[in-house]
Amino acid sequence: MEKVVPAKDRLLKSKKSWMDGEVRGRILVFLSAIIMIAATISITIFIGQKGLQAFINNGVSLIEFLTSKIWDPTNQKNPVYGALPFIFGSFAVTFLAALVAAPLGIGAAIFMTEIAPSWGRKVLQPVIELLVGIPSVVYGFIGLTVLVPFIRDHVGGLGFSLLSGMIVLSVMILPTITTIATDAMATIPKALREGSYALGATRWQTIRKVLIPAAMPSLLTAIVLGMARAFGEALAVQMVIGNVSKFPHSILDASGTLTTIITLNMGNTTFGSVDNNVLWSMGLILLVISFVFILIIRYLSARRKI
Amino acid sequence: MKNFKKLGLLMMLAALMVFAAACGGAADKKDGNKADNKTAGNKELSGSLVLSGSTALQPLASAAAEEFMNKNTKVSIQVNGGGSGTGLSQVSQGAVQIGNSDVFAEEKKIEGLKDNKVAVVGMTAAVNPKAKIKDIKKADLIKVFTGKITNWKELGGADQKITLVNRPESSGTRAVFNKFALDGATPAQGITEDASNTVKKIIAETPGAIGYLALSYFTDDTVTKLSIDSVEASNENIQSGKFPVWAYEHMYTKGEANEVAKAFLDYMTSDEVQTTLLPKQGYIPVTKMKVERDAAGKTTNK
Repeated sequence: MEKVVPAKDRLLKSKKSWMDGEVRGRILVFLSAIIMIAATISITIFIGQKGLQAFINNGVSLIEFLTSKIWDPTNQKNPVYGALPFIFGSFAVTFLAALVAAPLGIGAAIFMTEIAPSWGRKVLQPVIELLVGIPSVVYGFIGLTVLVPFIRDHVGGLGFSLLSGMIVLSVMILPTITTIATDAMATIPKALREGSYALGATRWQTIRKVLIPAAMPSLLTAIVLGMARAFGEALAVQMVIGNVSKFPHSILDASGTLTTIITLNMGNTTFGSVDNNVLWSMGLILLVISFVFILIIRYLSARRKI
Repeated sequence: MKNFKKLGLLMMLAALMVFAAACGGAADKKDGNKADNKTAGNKELSGSLVLSGSTALQPLASAAAEEFMNKNTKVSIQVNGGGSGTGLSQVSQGAVQIGNSDVFAEEKKIEGLKDNKVAVVGMTAAVNPKAKIKDIKKADLIKVFTGKITNWKELGGADQKITLVNRPESSGTRAVFNKFALDGATPAQGITEDASNTVKKIIAETPGAIGYLALSYFTDDTVTKLSIDSVEASNENIQSGKFPVWAYEHMYTKGEANEVAKAFLDYMTSDEVQTTLLPKQGYIPVTKMKVERDAAGKTTNK
């Protein structure tokens, strides 16, 4: 009699156990995702809670904090905590830096992708990567040693100025803008270029009328990302901007930013004191603004056509 | 078979991690116990100590800690910076055993700490040498820092615009300088930097700049050390109370210090440190002061 093997035994058994690829991989990536989300959420909650303490526990007026031009925390009788000069300083130096770095970065990106894709990229790519690798304190030190005296002697003012901050920051954000802009230009479909050339457009016309408009949302994303970096930079800016707590009247005036005031005062204030809590409030403002930057980036990415 | 191997490896790794974690914990505990259970006497001192706070006191504390560890090989001392505020906060939270500070804890509204004054730091105004000013009247100094005098020629110096180099509002150095050199006047706006070395660099490079530095930073000719009311900012004048701009360096402990901390603090005020290490680092021995000062800033003869 022929032996009948039940179907159960004849089937190939999966040798998979939970230790094998699927499940383990899944757990690993889930864990990574959860840790990242948890870190972001807990930092947000922590800064939010710390940043609001000045207004809730210490009775600092939120309106005064956001609109007063006077920063006088050591006044014994009537301390005033007005962060407006620093908020303005942060925005001023960020926009100025973007104003310089954006055309340069996008120009370099066009050069690398359109004009000299082979050797241009070979030369520029390492240069840009090198720029990324220089620590911000070194930028600051170069700024303090070279840039500040140069501006004092040849342009005017003290040297410690918005202008110095702008130059240092624009060099620092240049790699960010260039890298993202290059990627954006490189991903434009070839058909667009060929179509344009077929219609008789010159190279410059193609770049100006077809490629740049097509890549515009990504280029803007590059600029906003660069600005986000500039906004959060503390060390290099602190060394060249002068850190005064009043409104700058010209580009040659010294100024202060949110980040520089936080780094200057953090170590000298005690946890839980008003002076310390207003620094956290400035941190909260920085966080909110970087959220705004991200929102802008998301909005721009959604508009991307290619 | 292969699976088993993998499983085994993973298990081993896990076991190792648990083991390491347990060991780490145990070691921590042991250290703590050692420090607490130490009985006084001739038994060798052992345990660990963490200091944090004032960056002005950090070099001295580090140097003293090194010497102390050479003498007591079973003690490990770690000296962190972070600023006076950080030191005071951490010691009152119990995160460190000793909190270093340039200012009285009372000025930062922290209570319940035991003060140990270990050194005195003198400071004075520093100007760019090209301003050609060496001596200044206190009233003029106040006018300079409040922005009423804006050119050095008004004080008989070179025709140069005055540039102020301040410290951040929360800085201990600034508080001391404002209180004792400017008689409490609020300085006008100016460039603000925290690190003494940066301040010195800026004063040395900016024409007409004036700021203030601890005496230990006047090591070369790049900045001019100002005398106030014709009294030179020297160690002798500070010890005798003639020159008013100085501050204590404090090492705060929470409640009674444990054995190791106490031994270290005793060592800090011993003659060995006070007469050899301190002058070398540019501090003034606290034991040699002929005047003393309380938290409210009142100075009295000893």
